[in-house]
Amino acid sequence: MITKSADKTPKIEVEVTHIQQVSDIIKRFTFTPVDGAPLPVFGGGAHIVVEMSDGDIIRRNPYSLVSKPGTTDNYQISVRRDDVGRGGSLYMHNTLKVGDHLLVSHPVNLFHIDRRARKHLLIAGGIGITPFLAMMAELEDEVANFELHLSARTDGAFLDELRGLYGSKGSFYRDDHNEVIPLNDLLTGQPLGTHLYVCGPNGMLEWVLRTAEDAGWPSQNVHYERFLAPATGLPYEVNLATSGITVRVGGHQSMLEAIEAAGVDAPYLCRGGACGQCETRVVSYDGELLHNDHFLTEEEHASGTKIMPCVSRFQGRELVLER
Amino acid sequence: MTTLDFFHDETFRDDFTYWNSPEAIRRFPFPFNEDKYMYSVNLEPHVAFKPGSVFEKSFDVDEHYVSEMRDRALVLQEDPLRCQSLPHMNMAGWDLLELIMTKKAAEYPQWFELHQDGDRWRWVNRPLDIDHTFTFLDNTTLPYGPMEYIMRQTQGDYAILDQRDNNLWMDAGMITTQADWSLDFDLGMNFMEWHGPVPLAHEMGIFDRALKFLLNVRQGQPARRLNWTMTVNPRLDTSPERYAKWGTDRMDVNADNVGQLMHLRVELQSFWRLPRSNALVFPIRCYLISLQDLATIPKWGRRFHRVIRDLPDELADYKGLTITRPYVIEYMSQFDDGAPTSPGIFADDE
Ligand code: HEM
Ligand code: FES
Repeated sequence: MITKSADKTPKIEVEVTHIQQVSDIIKRFTFTPVDGAPLPVFGGGAHIVVEMSDGDIIRRNPYSLVSKPGTTDNYQISVRRDDVGRGGSLYMHNTLKVGDHLLVSHPVNLFHIDRRARKHLLIAGGIGITPFLAMMAELEDEVANFELHLSARTDGAFLDELRGLYGSKGSFYRDDHNEVIPLNDLLTGQPLGTHLYVCGPNGMLEWVLRTAEDAGWPSQNVHYERFLAPATGLPYEVNLATSGITVRVGGHQSMLEAIEAAGVDAPYLCRGGACGQCETRVVSYDGELLHNDHFLTEEEHASGTKIMPCVSRFQGRELVLER
Repeated sequence: MTTLDFFHDETFRDDFTYWNSPEAIRRFPFPFNEDKYMYSVNLEPHVAFKPGSVFEKSFDVDEHYVSEMRDRALVLQEDPLRCQSLPHMNMAGWDLLELIMTKKAAEYPQWFELHQDGDRWRWVNRPLDIDHTFTFLDNTTLPYGPMEYIMRQTQGDYAILDQRDNNLWMDAGMITTQADWSLDFDLGMNFMEWHGPVPLAHEMGIFDRALKFLLNVRQGQPARRLNWTMTVNPRLDTSPERYAKWGTDRMDVNADNVGQLMHLRVELQSFWRLPRSNALVFPIRCYLISLQDLATIPKWGRRFHRVIRDLPDELADYKGLTITRPYVIEYMSQFDDGAPTSPGIFADDE
């Protein structure tokens, strides 16, 4: 069942045609277009936004496409079950069945391959491997020079598959064996013209980015993808000045989702605090803006004049937005 | 219109036999939606609009197609640097080839066919008498690089912009029908750098807002805008490289010939995200109409007189109209009876 919403970006209706348990907490979903028309082509690193009708909440979560770029008869995503999050991944894991229909967005790529690079150094932590799956397939096709370093909680089917596909181009580090990526050596021993790509949990991302900066990597050669799951928190109300309405944001809902649910069209791309598309002007507030994005500068956060409703929240008496 | 007689046999240089049919005049993309003009962030979704208009198809093909491609080949023969692609833009070239072939085959089945069998693609272009089978993503199976191959079969100039460091970089393009700017000069520049010469718009914040918009253009949601200038004679190639050939044309304009010689030159520009490379492609499609043809649409005659009369001097100078403008104003004034004009760009009886 497909619910209508205020979001006007073009959507594609797909059917869940396959669900594969990849590890104890990761499932891979295959979506096939309902109208049988070819799906839009995508490049490595692209994501789609998957729209789920979870009870009376419409969730829109971004997931990297993990199928081979160029595939147009299906899209695949891998979803890690997050038992403490807002419930999007739980819905995907526990409720979604083969045969169900969903709406997905056209692909968006905020983490594409930089083809100026002479070598591509990919560093992933855990589920952060997902954007690299399609990227590596593409690099392999283009006979590009690349190297993957993946640290994972433990061993599993996923790692076996990667070993099989990429052999000596992949190095794997198991947390349960206390294996750690030899980052310093890696980042200082690269040929000129190497580009670094990082995706993984926040702590790891910070570690890699800081180490790269200290090692003198030019920022143009460093690419990263940081998807934040929208934070949860206490419910609150937002006053939308342009639309002249007040919306209530639930504890497990993002401000963007609440605005959309009220029938107000709001721009977005990444829904993860990275792209800047949802930037909204704060008209006035009495309370505290809980900024969670990585787009606005610290000064902009402190100024109290802008907010990114896809990930940020509010606590206090009144918040008025220009929307 | 399905027959190949549709396409004119005409020239855009020397004897200038270019002409517009009555249908082409009616569908001309008149760029002024009010009686005055100033720069603005005039961007809108590039969605199919008004059957028969130049906004109907993704990439408009009109009666000038075949002759325009012949003119392009002549330009490239004299000056191969009009087509350049930095090595990392090869994938974007294939993206563009795929986009144009799939759109044209779907939207103009009478003229174009694309048969895809895995990587083996057969492309049929009837107006240009091409029937060619090649392997997708294999450069060795095409007579030119992928961008050059498809651009030799596509009206309009195309710049391909690489997106990185929150900016757009002009790293590839086929530019043979430009309004006095040079790909060879702009190659490798970013959005702010190549817009450097434009007056007033920087101070108005137009380029900051436009860049922000362009960085977020999504696959499947192209955008478009119109830009305009004027050209003496229906000459497509008004490039800095060939300035010696056309720079003095403006001296030929006088009160008697201004209606035939002076042309309004309108660019239908669109913006497309390419899937594999994530590059942005920027088609700049040029339409030319003589003032005497333009004035056959009464609303356009009235409005263009007012626009050109009141155009800020900075814009007139930048567009190279300083010498010819007095003749244009005088000529157009005979079509302006002072009556009010209706909103929008289209002729009144549409
Ligand atoms: C990425 C796509 C674009 C490319 C490749 C591009 C390229 C150019 C170039 C090469 C020029 C000529 C500059 C010169 O004199 O050397 C120009 C002029 C200009 N551009 Fe862009 N442009 C792009 C997008 C835009 C957008 C989105 C806007 C505004 C909304 C814009 C506004 C202008 C204006 C106002 C001029 C002056 C035109 C005139 O008065 O005739 N451009 N552009
Ligand atoms: S949608 Fe990308 S930052 Fe909010």
